[in-house]
Amino acid sequence: MNNKNILLEVRNLSAEVAGIEILKGINLVVKVGEVHALMGPNGSGKSTFAKVLAGHIDYTVTGGEVLYQGKNLLEMAPEERSRAGVFLAFQYPIEIPGVSNSAFLRLAYNTLQAARGREELDPLEFDDFIREKIKLVEMDPSFLDRSVNQGFSGGEKKRNEIVQMAVLEPKLAVLDETDSGLDIDALKVVANGVNHLIRPDNAIILVTHYQRLLNYIVPDYVHVIEGGQIVKTGGKELALELEKRGYDWVRAEFDAARAAA
Amino acid sequence: MELVNTGAKDRYLENLLRGQPPAGSHGWLNQIRAAATERANALTVPTTRDEEWRFTDPSPLLKFSFQPARGAQRLAQADIQRFVIPEASSDRLVFIDGIYAAELSTHCGNEHGILVTSLAQGLSSHGEILQQHLARNADFDNDVFCALNTSFLRDGALVIINKNVAYPAPIHLLFIATKPETAVYPRSLVVAGPGSRCALIEEYISLAENVYFNNAVTEVVVGENARVQHTKLQQESRAAFHIANCAVALAREANYISDTVTLGARFSRHNLHVLQTAEGTHCVLDGLALISGRQLADTHTYMDHAKPGGNSRQLHKCIVDDAAHAVFSGKVLVREGAQLTDSAQSSRNLLLSDKAHVDTKPQLEIFADDVKCAHGATVGQLDAEEVFYLRSRGLDDQGARSLLTYAFAAEIIDKIPVASLARQLRHTVMEKTQLREST
Ligand SMILES: Nc1ncnc2c1ncn2[C@@H]1O[C@H](COP(=O)(O)OP(=O)(O)OP(=O)(O)O)[C@@H](O)[C@H]1O
Ligand SMILES: [Mg+2]
Repeated sequence: MNNKNILLEVRNLSAEVAGIEILKGINLVVKVGEVHALMGPNGSGKSTFAKVLAGHIDYTVTGGEVLYQGKNLLEMAPEERSRAGVFLAFQYPIEIPGVSNSAFLRLAYNTLQAARGREELDPLEFDDFIREKIKLVEMDPSFLDRSVNQGFSGGEKKRNEIVQMAVLEPKLAVLDETDSGLDIDALKVVANGVNHLIRPDNAIILVTHYQRLLNYIVPDYVHVIEGGQIVKTGGKELALELEKRGYDWVRAEFDAARAAA
Repeated sequence: MELVNTGAKDRYLENLLRGQPPAGSHGWLNQIRAAATERANALTVPTTRDEEWRFTDPSPLLKFSFQPARGAQRLAQADIQRFVIPEASSDRLVFIDGIYAAELSTHCGNEHGILVTSLAQGLSSHGEILQQHLARNADFDNDVFCALNTSFLRDGALVIINKNVAYPAPIHLLFIATKPETAVYPRSLVVAGPGSRCALIEEYISLAENVYFNNAVTEVVVGENARVQHTKLQQESRAAFHIANCAVALAREANYISDTVTLGARFSRHNLHVLQTAEGTHCVLDGLALISGRQLADTHTYMDHAKPGGNSRQLHKCIVDDAAHAVFSGKVLVREGAQLTDSAQSSRNLLLSDKAHVDTKPQLEIFADDVKCAHGATVGQLDAEEVFYLRSRGLDDQGARSLLTYAFAAEIIDKIPVASLARQLRHTVMEKTQLREST
């Protein structure tokens, strides 16, 4: 496959953590301009997949490959992936006491600018820049002065992840349950923010448990991951069906198909 | 040890004691000095067999033969310009190898209800106050280094804040080391009158990476309802020895806020002893030691709640890289009858390498029943999840680690009330956390 529209190509990826195999042969192709939803029961490997893409050292790839913009993603250090445009919005964002949110955002932004050979912003310039960005998710400016995520509520942390996404303007964003923890209004606001960040030249993988988010951010594909494999792929209507019927039938179908093959 | 035919029991001390300045014209002070000399003769350099020196072996000191500074090195204003703290430029006492440098010192506050001058000067003009406080707080009976310093006592820094004067600008006591192989005995006395307020910066720096021995004693007397904010900054040469005793006496409702930042010296020991002499005092004893290479930094604090209703808060942090060794011993004594004491102590330590080492020893001794005392200690490395989070945002591994280390230090530095000093320290810490030395 040599399509220049292909941003990410995951081939038969397996990975383990703490000696336990979690991912057991994931296949996925993401093209620019696409939104993919990744759904599946608790513990099925969604976050593991996301962390493998981001390069977390606890997760060891035991097989398969991942090409990002045609290059071997798995060879890249986490920061190289980030600078190349891969972004993970964490399911559980990390608190960093003592580092102010604005200083952190500026450092991340300037590191990226430098890597891309573009001009860095001084604190004053960045202040203007970031104040615009936080409007996207209606975050209060007071959160800029607080330590990164420290004492933030669940929903505030998720908003902060999307602020980071807005600052870093990734090519491939993996949003791991960004919707969980958000109240009904916040969900609309954050989804709207994410929609503003979708461009024809980037792509998004949305990990979610709820069809609700997909009303706001409409996916091109919905994948079901179970037991570390993608067991079904469909269009946006699949999410509605899952909402109604749960996951058991998907698994049954998958097993039946495999037995037949 | 074999005793030679001299007054001193300890040969090493005998050698150090040789260079004592002659007696002065104040009989009471001569008496104190004589008593201190006697104690220095009777005591010996501690070893790790002494409980208070269990983790810190002073024997490296014994490998050097230090002499008192002979004659003052002359420095120009330009030489010290980089040490000038803008907020504190109106009141500054400068000592070069322990010798008062009048031409580099400033005393703008002397017309505004404070006195900032040399001890020698103060002895003639304020003899009575000095006689009341000098060498009355820092115990030289049992501490050999304090005895040595006191036996050399002739000059030093003097700060007196008159009753009810709230002096707005920080006062800078700047001790500059210039000469190798010298033993220097910095001495400071601060007397804050009732209801007064002041901020002190006590700073030790060096112009060259020399081996020398700074043996400092500082006494701070905080009057009733007075408030003293004391920042000590130790940035000695990385080849130097720094042993300091700071003794603080708190009167009724007195406030004492101390930040001790330890960055320099190959060997440093800071003893901070706070005595609550009356009810209802407030005390904050914060500290940061940031060391690397083969540095050793020992902080011993002793909060003596001798009277009821005192509260004390303490956060001490050590960041230890390479093969450096940090020691923290925090004793809190709540004496019988010191009811309603409220004390909390926390020792937090960050090890940046496999060879880095920290000994932390909180010590609570409580002899009253209606008190609230808490203490805790943690020793750890940088959190791997935090490092990954930062790297996933584009920071490289080293950048992520130094940012997290910096953040750990910043909690203490951000408490320093002098903005330019805090800024400078943030910068220094930033640089140091990026700097990896081979061991
Ligand atoms: N660091 C780890 N150590 C041990 N087990 C782990 C670790 N990380 C993940 N696992 C295990 O791997 C499996 C997959 O976890 P993962 O977080 O990927 O699930 P998930 O699909 O994201 O679930 P959820 O919907 O609950 O977020 C789980 O059984 C989990 O316990
Ligand atoms: Mg998950």
